[in-house]
Amino acid sequence: MTSLAIELTEINKNFGEVCANKNVSLKIESGTIHGIIGENGAGKSTLMSILYGFYQADSGEIAVKEKPTVIRSAHDAILAGIGMVHQHFMLIDTFTVLENVVLGTETGFSLKESMQASARELRRIEKDYHLEVDINAVINTLPVGLQQRVEILKALYRGAEILILDEPTGVLTPQEADHLFRILDELREQGKTVIFITHKLREIMAITDNVSVMRQGEMVAHRSTSQTNREELAELMVGRKVLLRVEKAPAKTGRMELKVEHLNVTDDSGVHRVKDVCFEVHSGEIVGIAGVSGNGQSELMDVITGIKPLQNGQIQINDETITPALSADAAAMRRFGMAHVPEDRQRRGLVTSFSANENIILGYHKDPAYNGFIEMDRNAIIQSCKKQMKHFDVRPGNPFLRTSLFSGGNQQKLVVARELERDPSLLVVGQPTRGVDIGAIEFIHRQIIAMRDAGKAVLLISVELDEILSLSDRILVMFDGQIMGEILAKDANEREIGLLMAGVRKEAA
Amino acid sequence: MWTDIIVILDATFRISVPFILAAMGGIFAERSGVIDFGLEGKMLGGAFVAATVAHWTQSAWLGLLGAIGIGIVFSMMHGYASVTKRGNQVVSCVAINIFAMGLTVVLANAWFHMGGQTPQLPKGARFLPIELPFADALSEVPIIGDIYSKLISGHSVLVYIAFLAVPFTAWVVFKSSFGLRLRATGENPLAVDTTGISVNKTRYQALILNGILGGMSGAYLSTAHLAFFVKDMSAGKGYLALAAMIVGKWRPYPAMFACLLFSILFATKDKYQHEMQIMMQGIVPAHLLNSFLEMSPYILTVVFLAGFVGKAVAPKAIGQPFSKEK
Repeated sequence: MTSLAIELTEINKNFGEVCANKNVSLKIESGTIHGIIGENGAGKSTLMSILYGFYQADSGEIAVKEKPTVIRSAHDAILAGIGMVHQHFMLIDTFTVLENVVLGTETGFSLKESMQASARELRRIEKDYHLEVDINAVINTLPVGLQQRVEILKALYRGAEILILDEPTGVLTPQEADHLFRILDELREQGKTVIFITHKLREIMAITDNVSVMRQGEMVAHRSTSQTNREELAELMVGRKVLLRVEKAPAKTGRMELKVEHLNVTDDSGVHRVKDVCFEVHSGEIVGIAGVSGNGQSELMDVITGIKPLQNGQIQINDETITPALSADAAAMRRFGMAHVPEDRQRRGLVTSFSANENIILGYHKDPAYNGFIEMDRNAIIQSCKKQMKHFDVRPGNPFLRTSLFSGGNQQKLVVARELERDPSLLVVGQPTRGVDIGAIEFIHRQIIAMRDAGKAVLLISVELDEILSLSDRILVMFDGQIMGEILAKDANEREIGLLMAGVRKEAA
Repeated sequence: MWTDIIVILDATFRISVPFILAAMGGIFAERSGVIDFGLEGKMLGGAFVAATVAHWTQSAWLGLLGAIGIGIVFSMMHGYASVTKRGNQVVSCVAINIFAMGLTVVLANAWFHMGGQTPQLPKGARFLPIELPFADALSEVPIIGDIYSKLISGHSVLVYIAFLAVPFTAWVVFKSSFGLRLRATGENPLAVDTTGISVNKTRYQALILNGILGGMSGAYLSTAHLAFFVKDMSAGKGYLALAAMIVGKWRPYPAMFACLLFSILFATKDKYQHEMQIMMQGIVPAHLLNSFLEMSPYILTVVFLAGFVGKAVAPKAIGQPFSKEK
């Protein structure tokens, strides 16, 4: 049982100036589930892309099943028995399951024969591994959990002995993730090797046999999962001690700051995205909206922040009432005391080709403090930027640097700095830590808690259930545009929220 | 009335040929994710080369071969710019169209000194109508006889090829292994790459088919429909073929019907232009009426595109050069 499925030796890969992988060596035993953990940008995905032939390493060696192997393309990887389930599924949405599986393996000019042969083979694999999917279903009609199953089937159909899963649980509900884990167990029992890439400690502890930790392009540690714990892994990932739990005092709620009544949103293509949503947020509390991505949270946030006009229903913010007839745009919402950290900082939070000091005034550029008689007051802007960068620990603290050159965490801190420095009475924040390193996550979480403790109202929208659980005082779960239920954070458990996220109401469960 | 219908439909078939060939070519390119409104240029280039080669060799078939050749050359130029070099596909198409427009006239002037025209082709050097078997014998049978002998029989071989190109395209796109890859490449090239298929190779293969069909559509104009090449002979037909393809939602049969619909408008206009002029005499100035009649098929295209056919969903990756780097 100690034969090696994969051995990587001294892999190096540079993208221009950036060193993505530096002297990375890794041994993976066959028949095990091997976790690779690291923060965003630690080089996990690059390493796996090299193993799957998507990129070529600048130097280093790959051995598959103890044989030196050159992998120049996905085709080589498939021949070597490696299959990959990508983070963003590599499926053709308009094709059926069968067509997706067959694609690339067809023989002969006419499709008919390979399709019939494949259908038989695919049904056999489905049975062997308990991976039932309707093979004639069109991909875009399937829920993501099943789409992922199709990806696994695709790899198995191609004879994969070694299966790489890149952040496979990002789009799944906790129940779907558990189901995936059972599938992986089954695969291990049948002798397959699984490489499991994630940044979530919980998953590593739940499913893997061994774990390797990456940090800043280097492989920093290998552990047997049973011999380690979350705290040690977190420390290895970040390079210093981290607090996994956010500490906070009980909430002291005050007056109502935001009231949303019977809000409905229909998008441009006529899909009813948000369905009759009602809730309130009070000062001194954090209300979290949980849900799998794409269940109406983004649309809800767009309307509340004034990016999209209110179609029906009513929003009250402080003493202002907003109705469809009396709509308010994003600037008006800001005047009413709302600060807004958008979900996608690169598209909505920042103009990445602008410098830091230009970004720090976006949306507040009409503030008299920044404007002279005719020109903008550059000096005032730069001073203010410097101050905020220091306050929010943005590194490097250079107000002239182009925003795209900051790391994800520091970009996010710039946005948070801009929004919080205004002392708003209500903060609406979406995916505050998406693509952000653990150090910055810690910092941003502390800032959000500090806002709450200073008596502000916070509405937090996140697809990271851990984040919702550790920050919120009250949790609302969205599914298919509806609020499925409200849970007090102190009584919340993952299972219950997971069921709501999957659209199962309490009574039915 | 009956004879009028037969005459109009007969003309419709003949007019529709370049549209259908070009639209099928467009389907191959666009299904693979490569925008192609360079069809106009390929048609023009094909028309010129077919007429010139046919004149030199006195063979319509060699002319057709030449047209196919220039179609492939143009589509490979497009492929090099937009697939290999990942340039902007629209710019590349515009370049091909302008290039074809200029080159054909310059070469025609240099070689034949006829103001951008090529010499009239004698009967032996162009595609002539062919009588299908029993056309004569059946012509006396009412209705069916008329339809067979006047409508179906008596076209040049390219007309039949064009109508065979439709089931051929449909089969290749939807029933062949190549078609599966082709459609996948146009929808999600990254996914195609991860299955080990070369995206660029698939796109080049599609462009070869596109060039063949595009060149043929031009050959029809100058060696079957007319018997010479004349400056700007394609006159926007390549664009109209592309519009028909979109109206047909990138599917061969609906695209063919869209081509036929446009063509029937041209044919009806041709048939009744004279009557209309007499009827409207004194009410609408003749030149204004003519302009409107000329315009009508194009206007109808816009109307169809704008609303009638519903939302046309293009292949998802259309116009995007494929690159692995993020």
